[in-house]
Amino acid sequence: MFPWLAERDGQRYDDEASRRDGRCAASIDARVPRGMLRTMAPTTFDGTAGYLVAPELRDAVNVAIDLEKPLLIKGEPGTGKTRLAEAVAESIGAPLFVWNVKSTSKARDGLYLYDTVARLNDARFNDRDIRDIRQYIKYGPLGRALLSDERVVLLIDEIDKADMEFPNDLLHELDRMSFSVDETGETITAKKRPVVIITSNNEKELPDAFLRRCVFHFIAFPDEELMKDIVRVHQPDVEDKLLSSCLVRFYWLRKQPDIKKRPSTSELIDWIAALRRAGIPVERLEGEMPFVGLLLKKEADVEALVNVKTGKLRSIRQ
Amino acid sequence: MFIGFFFHLRARGLKVTLTEWLSLVRALARGHERAQLGTFYALARALLVKKESHYDLYDRAFAEWFGGLEDQYAIDEQILQWLENPVLPRELTDEERAQLSRMDLETLQRELRERLRTQRERHDGGSHWVGTGGTSPFGHGGRNPQGIRVGGAGGGRSAVQIAGERRFENLRGDRVLDVRQLGAALRRLRRLARDQGPEELDIDETVDKSAKSGGEIELVLRPPRKNRVKLLLLMDVGGSMDPHADTCERLFSAAHQATHFQAFRHYFFHNCIYDRLYTDISRYQGPSTDDVLKQIDKSWTLVIVGDAWMGPYELGAEAGGLAWGVSMSRTSGIEWLKRFAERPKASAWLNPEPRRIWNAPTVSVIRRVFPMFELTLDGLSAAVEHLRGARLVHTEPGAVP
Ligand SMILES: Nc1ncnc2c1ncn2[C@@H]1O[C@H](COP(=O)(O)OP(=O)(O)OP(=O)(O)O)[C@@H](O)[C@H]1O
Ligand SMILES: [Mg+2]
Repeated sequence: MFPWLAERDGQRYDDEASRRDGRCAASIDARVPRGMLRTMAPTTFDGTAGYLVAPELRDAVNVAIDLEKPLLIKGEPGTGKTRLAEAVAESIGAPLFVWNVKSTSKARDGLYLYDTVARLNDARFNDRDIRDIRQYIKYGPLGRALLSDERVVLLIDEIDKADMEFPNDLLHELDRMSFSVDETGETITAKKRPVVIITSNNEKELPDAFLRRCVFHFIAFPDEELMKDIVRVHQPDVEDKLLSSCLVRFYWLRKQPDIKKRPSTSELIDWIAALRRAGIPVERLEGEMPFVGLLLKKEADVEALVNVKTGKLRSIRQ
Repeated sequence: MFIGFFFHLRARGLKVTLTEWLSLVRALARGHERAQLGTFYALARALLVKKESHYDLYDRAFAEWFGGLEDQYAIDEQILQWLENPVLPRELTDEERAQLSRMDLETLQRELRERLRTQRERHDGGSHWVGTGGTSPFGHGGRNPQGIRVGGAGGGRSAVQIAGERRFENLRGDRVLDVRQLGAALRRLRRLARDQGPEELDIDETVDKSAKSGGEIELVLRPPRKNRVKLLLLMDVGGSMDPHADTCERLFSAAHQATHFQAFRHYFFHNCIYDRLYTDISRYQGPSTDDVLKQIDKSWTLVIVGDAWMGPYELGAEAGGLAWGVSMSRTSGIEWLKRFAERPKASAWLNPEPRRIWNAPTVSVIRRVFPMFELTLDGLSAAVEHLRGARLVHTEPGAVP
């Protein structure tokens, strides 16, 4: 069997020396040249014009693509989890299939639905031939991804919304990249394993068996530098001074303990766009937060921070 | 030995499996380690660590293991040495051996060979070091990869330095709950709903199945979707709990918003439970403890939040509550607690204080009455597992025994 498994061969490596004496190296036919690890790794994804990717995330994406493992992405709302899948699809030139998971979603819905009602209908009111069950099989996003002739990107968005069995129910299909349609007895196997990107908002814990199979990355909330670049992707000609002041306010707001729902990237982008459209001078950001409603979506949060009548900030806890 | 890192991670409480480790080896064999500016640090994390709450544990373990190897190249060397002679650990359990599928290993071996072969060719051609330099500008945004910091400061720092920054400390699962984590944590209580009550008829599935079988009725049963959990939450406020008031308040409001219980009741107590519980602590209003107790039966689950920290006489003495002016009866605090422990189906005590100080006298006594858990994400998970009747997991990472 496999020579790496020392003990399986009945051999024991009792000390470092016997470990090194080459008993195992037999399986690999030569010594490795120096610099071996410095060659180009299979790289396909490096962000897109509209999506900035930090190096750790980029590498996680690439290793997931290369090892053909599902990539599980977590992170605060608005950190670009959903957009990542679009960017990956765009940059590797593959079609994107999206499966938006709901609380009622079942794993099988992603594969196919057997439209029994249509069939009963046809049987009663139409003179269609209902013997061919295949015409009543409606494929879901996962089913379509596996049926595709070319490599596709499959986004399973917000997997944590569904019930706890959902991820486990998917294990088989994700491992084998195949499924069978019970009603027709067909088995469908992907010709090219899709790139699978799964997002979670941490509503529920995911089962260990599921996690073991994934490559995992947690998108940390962008720091000011990266955030500046992200904003510029959306607002290329934003003035430096305005951008800086907005970011100071934004990160300050996120630090306030009284806030229940912290504003995220997309809210920041909307806010800056609104400030610019209204031509608000930078100076007004000193003690005020115009259009604060774009950042704080909960009324209680607004009230906690801003005097609604005057628009002035209540307390500035730095 | 590089493989030692695997055991080190496990010794530090990360449940890395051998299959995951082998994926890492595979990724290394395929040259991902030096993927552009990425580091072994991030690669190993993506393949071995599956929860952000374990990132900090990983950081510490990484810094411990590779500490001193400030230079990325030194880490490469270690990996390289191991790849030259990749012995798998003999300390494998049967379970781990079972996990190893023959196919995985053979693919891996083939890939390694392949890589070594092409490597040598490239080496001869003198064109190694491809990929570390001349990569495309970052994200097409016109920024050079060297300019991107992983954590905050400039690039070019070693993986050990990055790990040493402990960027993910606030994501740990074993820290006292952060305000915003509470909501998510409480949703874990939904888990209580599983395995409870008799199965229900799944009407949709029944219709579906019956239609498929041409009208032959096929009943489909499923576990109840509706949460049958009745939750009683008792929270200590004031006194030594003051520093935790904020956490408790958020826990409380999060629980309150949780609409997924069949019934939810909550009361406050001060220091220990005596003959009155409070709905409004500032006005000392609320029902008598006896009345609350009477309504609790085996359909209820009890969660108590408190630091279990008090003067011994406050817990043990008859009328200990008299000192506080809150009790007129002669029942001792511990006696009340015991009565509460007996009534519900299951109970758990959540303590915002770290486990290491739980051997304080009153805490020890209360731990004999209630299973106690830290008021952390991990602790809450363990508590939920316990309440569901599952066996306790003592090996949660970060849990100090
Ligand atoms: N790295 C990025 N580069 C460019 N734009 C970004 C980036 N990250 C976030 N954004 C902006 O933020 C918006 C929100 O991103 P997205 O919807 O992908 O977030 P999400 O993590 O899926 O959030 P949710 O958890 O709420 O679903 C995007 O439409 C985009 O405008
Ligand atoms: Mg999203």
